[in-house]
Amino acid sequence: MAQVSLEGIRKVYPNGFQAVQTTSFTIQDGEFVVLVGPSGCGKSTLLRMIAGLEEITEGELKIGDRVVNDVDPADRDIAMVFQNYALYPHMTVRKNIGYGLKNRGTPASEIAAKVEDAARMLNLTEYLDRKPAQLSGGQRQRVAMGRAVVRDPALFLFDEPLSNLDAKLRNQMRIEIKALQRRLGTTAVYVTHDQVEAMTMADRIIVLNAGRIEQIGTPSEIYHNPASTFVASFMGAPPMNLIRAEVDQKQVKINGYDALMVASEAFSGPITMGIRPEDVELDAQGQVKFHVDILEELGAHRLLHGRIDDQPFSVMIGKEDTAHTGETRIKLKPEALRLFDKDTGLRL
Amino acid sequence: MAETTLETPVETHRPRRIKWGAIGDHTVLILGALLMMIPPLLALTTASHDAVTIHREGLQLTLGDNLGKNFHAAMFEKGGFTQTVDGTLMLMNSFILGIGFAMGKIIISMMAAYAIVYFRLRFATLAFWVIFTTLLLPLEVRILPSYEAIQKLGLTNTYTGLIVPLIASATGTFFFRQFFMSVPEELAEAARIDGAGPWKFFVDILVPLSRTMIAAIFIIMFVFGWNQYLWPTLITTDESFFTLVRGIKQIVLSYTDSQIPEHGQALALAIVAMIPPVAIVVFFQNWFVKGLTESDK
Amino acid sequence: MKRAGFDNIWLPVALLLPQLMIIAIFFYWPAGWALQSSFYLQDPFGFGSTFVGGENYTSLVGNDQYKRVAGFTIIYSVLVTFFSLAIALLLAVKADKVIRGAKTYRTLLMWVYAIAPPVAGFMGILFFDQSTGPLTKFFQMFGWDFKLGVDYNATATAMVIVAVWKQIPVNFIFFLSGLQSIPRSVREATMIDNRSATGRFWQVTFPLLAPTAFFLLIINITYALFDTFGIIDALMKGEPGNNPMTLVYKVYLDGFRGNDLGGSSAQSVILMVLVLLLTVFQFRLVERRIHYT
Repeated sequence: MAQVSLEGIRKVYPNGFQAVQTTSFTIQDGEFVVLVGPSGCGKSTLLRMIAGLEEITEGELKIGDRVVNDVDPADRDIAMVFQNYALYPHMTVRKNIGYGLKNRGTPASEIAAKVEDAARMLNLTEYLDRKPAQLSGGQRQRVAMGRAVVRDPALFLFDEPLSNLDAKLRNQMRIEIKALQRRLGTTAVYVTHDQVEAMTMADRIIVLNAGRIEQIGTPSEIYHNPASTFVASFMGAPPMNLIRAEVDQKQVKINGYDALMVASEAFSGPITMGIRPEDVELDAQGQVKFHVDILEELGAHRLLHGRIDDQPFSVMIGKEDTAHTGETRIKLKPEALRLFDKDTGLRL
Repeated sequence: MAETTLETPVETHRPRRIKWGAIGDHTVLILGALLMMIPPLLALTTASHDAVTIHREGLQLTLGDNLGKNFHAAMFEKGGFTQTVDGTLMLMNSFILGIGFAMGKIIISMMAAYAIVYFRLRFATLAFWVIFTTLLLPLEVRILPSYEAIQKLGLTNTYTGLIVPLIASATGTFFFRQFFMSVPEELAEAARIDGAGPWKFFVDILVPLSRTMIAAIFIIMFVFGWNQYLWPTLITTDESFFTLVRGIKQIVLSYTDSQIPEHGQALALAIVAMIPPVAIVVFFQNWFVKGLTESDK
Repeated sequence: MKRAGFDNIWLPVALLLPQLMIIAIFFYWPAGWALQSSFYLQDPFGFGSTFVGGENYTSLVGNDQYKRVAGFTIIYSVLVTFFSLAIALLLAVKADKVIRGAKTYRTLLMWVYAIAPPVAGFMGILFFDQSTGPLTKFFQMFGWDFKLGVDYNATATAMVIVAVWKQIPVNFIFFLSGLQSIPRSVREATMIDNRSATGRFWQVTFPLLAPTAFFLLIINITYALFDTFGIIDALMKGEPGNNPMTLVYKVYLDGFRGNDLGGSSAQSVILMVLVLLLTVFQFRLVERRIHYT
C-alpha cells in the first residue's frame, strides 16, 4: 500500500509536443483516483509515466517514500491493466497470471497457490487451463485483472480497461473492479474517457484537458461545482446547460428577462451561466420562455431539448410530468446557477 | 414443375437450372490444373520405362515396369564424371542446404529484426538501411564478386560457402520486422511490468508468438534453399558437395553422353529432387500461402 | 521502433552483429569490388589489371552481341510476365468463384511453385525433344521445324513456355489472396449496383486488385531477369552457341567461362542499376498502397 505523489511532473515529447503540463498532486493510500478527459488530454501519458513506460521530462514521482523516476517498471511494485488486456496469447490463463511472479523468482508452489487464490476471487477457476483466445471479452478482462491482483502490488494502474466491452458488461465490471479495489485496499489510478465510469468509480476525479488539470475533486464536487465550463460540459450526461447571460448591478439576467439571481458585486458585464438540466422546472409562470424541439424518453425521466432564444438548452423532467414540443415556460433554481467567465471559462 | 423431379433437389426448392457459368469456371480450372500437373506426371510415368524405350519414343503416358530399377539406380549407383556421387548423397546435401539455409536465415534475421524493432538504438535507422539495401540486389546480380569473395576466403566446396552467402539478404529480416511491428505494443509493456527483461521477453513471449510465422518462413526458405542452382553450381566443384538441383545438369549430361542416354534414371533423380519441397508446400500450404503473401508486401 | 523500447545497449548490438557481418562480407564487399573491377581490364593470365576507366561500359554499348542479349532479355521478360500474369489471373478469378473443390484447385494450381527451375527446364527438354517431344510435334503440325538448341526462335519459345509454366503458381497465389481480401460487403454492394459480371470485374474487382498486380509486375520482371537462370541453362544444355540468353546468363558466361572479369563486372553493375531502379519504383508503389488502402 502506498501513497503516490507527483511534484512538478511534466512531459515533453522529442518532437516538442507538450503532452502534460507541469502537474502536481498526491494520491492517498488506498484511494481510487480516476483521470478523465477527452482523447489527447494527456491522461494516458500521465498514467504511463507513473508506470515507468514513459520517461518523465521534469519533476519528481514518488510511490510510497521512494522516488521512482529512474526505476524500471518491473521494480516499481505496480500492476497495470491495459485497454486491450495485453494477455500473452500463447500462454494459458494460469501461466498468464503467474508470469510476473515467475519472473521474480517466486517458488512454483507459491505461484500455484497465489494463482488459484486470484482465480477464485475473479471466478476464473474453471478457465485456468484455457488460452486467451478461448475466452469471452469479459473473461479476458478478468484474467488481466488477475494478473494485476496476484502480485499484490502497492499500486494498480488501469488504462481504459473497460472500453472494449459492451455496455452491459461494462456496468457489471465497473462494480466488480471497484469492489475488488475496496476489498484489497490497494491504491488505484484509473484512466478513462467515460465520465460515467469516472463518476461512479472514483473517490476523487482528476479532470484533464489539453495536458492540464482542470479540476481535482470528489465526484460530487466535480458535478455540482465544476471549476470551468470545460468540466461542466464534459462531466454529466446530459451536460450542464451553458448560456450567455449578463450581470448588471449585481443582477444576473438572460437577455430580455428579469433577474434570475443576485451576484456579488465583484463583476459585471457579459458572463456564461450554467445550470444542470435537472435544476430546471417546467412552470407556466416561469421567468424564461423555452422552445422545445425534441422530447427524449429515457424511461425514468425525460429530456426536453430545445432553445432559449437561439441558444441550445435542455431540461430534465420526471416521468409523470407532461410535456409537448413547442413554446413553454421554465423556472431556473437560483441556487443551482453557476457563473463562469465568458472568455476563460473559469468559475467566477 | 415436373422436370424438377428428375434431379434431386439439393438446397433450393426452385427448379434447378444448369449453371453454365459454374461449368465454365470448372472447365477453366480443370484445364489449368492439367497444365500444371501433366509435365511432372509424365516425368513420373516416363521414369518407369527403360532407357531404350525413352530414347526411341520419348515421354510415356503409361506406367512401365522399370520404376523401381530406375529409382534404385539413381539413388544408389555412383554416377557423375568422377563416379563418386550417388543420389543418396546428393539428397543429403540438398537437405543440408535447405534446412541449414532456412534455419540460419530464421535465427539471424529474427535476432536482427528484434534488435531493430524493440530497442531504443541510436543507430537503429542506420542498421535498418544497411540491412535493407541488400533487398535491392539479388545474389545473381553480384554473382561474380561473391564468388571471388568466397574463393579468397577459401570457402569453395564447403557447406559454409554454400549456405552463408545466400543468407546475406534481408528478406527474412524484413519479414520479421513487419511481423514484430504488428505485435501489440502493450504486450511488451505488460511483460516489462511483469518483470521480463529483453532476453526473457524474446524467448518467453516473442518467439512463441511467432511460431506460425517461423513455420511459414521456414517453408519458403527451405524451398528457396533446396532449389538453388546458380550459386551451388559455382561454389561446389567437388561432386561430394553436389545437391540434387545442382547435380541434375551434370547427371543429365553424363547420362546423355552415353550411347543410349539414361533418361529414365535422370528423370527418377529429377522426381526425387521435386518430392521434398513439393511435399512441404502441399502439406503446409496454409502456412506457406500466409507466409508468402504477407512477407513480400 | 516500439513506443517503449528496451534501453539495453549491448544486447541489440550482439543481436545485430551476425546479420551485419554476413552482409558486410558477402554483400557490401563483393558489390564494392564489382564496382571497382568494372573500371579495370583484367590481364587474361591473371597477372594484375589495368585501370581503363569507363572503357568496359563503352565497349558494351558498342557490342552487337550485348545489344542482342539485352533485346532478347526485354522481349523475354515482357512475354513471361504478361503470359504468367494473365493465365494466373484467369485461374485465380475462377478459383475464387467456385465453391466446390476450391481447396483442391488451389493445391493443384500452386504446388509447381516448389519445383526447381533447372528441374522444370529438364522436363522441358523432354517435351521439346527434337525427335520425340510432344510439343515439338505440336509445332511441327503448323509447319514449324522446331529444333530446340539449334533454332534460335525455337529455343526462345521453349524458354518462355517453361518460364511461364513455372511462374503461374506464385502469381496465382497472390491474385487469389488479393481477391479473397476484398471485403464481402464490397462484393455485395457491387452485386446490387451492377448486374453484369464482366462489368463488375473490370470496374470494381480489377481496380481493387491493381496493387497486387503492380507488385506482381515487379516480382515477375525480377523473376524473368534472374530466377530463370536454371531454366535457360538447362534448356540450352550448357551450350550457349547461337542460343538466346538473358543478361544474367551473359554475366555468368563472360565472367566464368570467358574470364572477362572487367566486362562481366561492368555488366553486373548495369544490372545492379537496373534492379535498383525497379526497386525504387516498387517502393514508391508500396508506399502509395500503404496510403490508399
